[in-house]
Amino acid sequence: MPDIDPRLIILNDHDTVAVVRCAIDAGEKVQIGDAVVTLMQAVTMGHKLARASMQPGDKVLKYGVPIGSATMAIAVGDHVHLHNMKSDYTPTYALTETGDIA
Amino acid sequence: MTMRGYLRADGRKGIRNQVIVAYLVECAHHVAREIALLDREKAHVIGFPGCFPNPYAQKMMERLCTHPNVGAVLLVSLGCESFNRVQLERVVADSGRPVETLVIQKTGGTKSAIERGRAFVADAVKTLDNTPRAPMDLSDLVIGTVCGGSDGTSGISGNPATGRAFDQLVAAGATCIFEETGELIGCEDIMASRAATPELAIELRASVEKAARYYAELGYGSFASGNADGGLSTIEEKSMGAYAKSGASPISGLIKPGDIPPKGGLYLMDVVPDGPVQFGFPNISDNAEIVEMMASGAHMTIFVTGRGSVVGSAISPVIKVAANPDMYERLHEDMDINAGRIIDGTADLETVGTEIMDLVGQVAAGEPTKSEQLGHQEFILTYKSFEPIGPACLPA
Repeated sequence: MPDIDPRLIILNDHDTVAVVRCAIDAGEKVQIGDAVVTLMQAVTMGHKLARASMQPGDKVLKYGVPIGSATMAIAVGDHVHLHNMKSDYTPTYALTETGDIA
Repeated sequence: MTMRGYLRADGRKGIRNQVIVAYLVECAHHVAREIALLDREKAHVIGFPGCFPNPYAQKMMERLCTHPNVGAVLLVSLGCESFNRVQLERVVADSGRPVETLVIQKTGGTKSAIERGRAFVADAVKTLDNTPRAPMDLSDLVIGTVCGGSDGTSGISGNPATGRAFDQLVAAGATCIFEETGELIGCEDIMASRAATPELAIELRASVEKAARYYAELGYGSFASGNADGGLSTIEEKSMGAYAKSGASPISGLIKPGDIPPKGGLYLMDVVPDGPVQFGFPNISDNAEIVEMMASGAHMTIFVTGRGSVVGSAISPVIKVAANPDMYERLHEDMDINAGRIIDGTADLETVGTEIMDLVGQVAAGEPTKSEQLGHQEFILTYKSFEPIGPACLPA
């Protein structure tokens, strides 16, 4: 894939996600491959954006290896996290700011 | 700085010379803590809280009290706990270290026990000045690594930079340990391909499969809520990042907590208990992992953190590597290395890896780490159960 936004890191050419280097606000445009995508939501450092569209059940690739599976359709530029992917091993436990279990 | 180790009777060399005050049940913890306050720098508190006997805890305490960074030991017993204090005292005495056991129920109470304990510590600190010194180099060192408070940056900055440092250390003849098999889930295949022998590869794979089963039964992966806030979505994603700490050297063997690696090289420590799930989670917090590597002789630990851990350790120094620039800013008081420069593009993995390697040498030569300067001496030890390692785990 060609150019990548300097705010993103691609760890392996085969990856279907890129890692965010620094916080990016909602509404900002980000270049991912050939696409220029307007972010629907803010993302913070260390989070992932989709480089490829994925269907439910598709493996999410990072470091060139699967890190879980998509649980819904994911478009290029979508934030990829607990809401649209899951572990293929043990479920992920996370608390929200309000103390609820995500 | 040149390294001059504290030479112990078993031939191992320490990089620190601590007096250990060890409580043998929680009931003796307060007395032990008060005794150690006499000399906050030299006297470190460790201990086991349980009243029921546990062969793992016994072995860990024996290894920790005869760790090369330890020069003298005071055991603090309430008197009625099940811990085998007689055996522990014998093991320490046989190692040539000054040792005394204080039984609170026989000393007249808290105040008298503290006074007697402080007298021992004061004497021991003086005696430690006479410990023989010997030249030491990187091949004498045992270095552990752990990551804690991980986020989406740990696995692309601090962890692979530590991996580069590990590669340099292994090349220099040092012994390096990585661990937390519950955070290698998903990495079985690539890790097994680095094993020194095909038989060891089977053992490495089995240790991760055991961890996956263990955590599946508990219902939680080795994954904290803050990991998700930091961008990590799954245990296998966290694992790939954690795995990077091991570098690229061949894997020489698999050990369990308290096993001393026989020679230089890279070792995986299998920290998940054997047998049916009992006693709860394998590693209840980061310090439990640090303690287990110390029990296997680790002189220091390289600790990579993304969210921002502040811990240090009793017995062995902890070097803290910040994985991202934001956290480094927030917690600069506690961070020894800023690997966040890899994220903002101002340094590469090689540069930071060499920086870590250089700092390992300086800390081994006596320079205190940030957590040492700040007085961190965390310690935790809880119940576990292990079978001995099989013959394929340490190929000749």
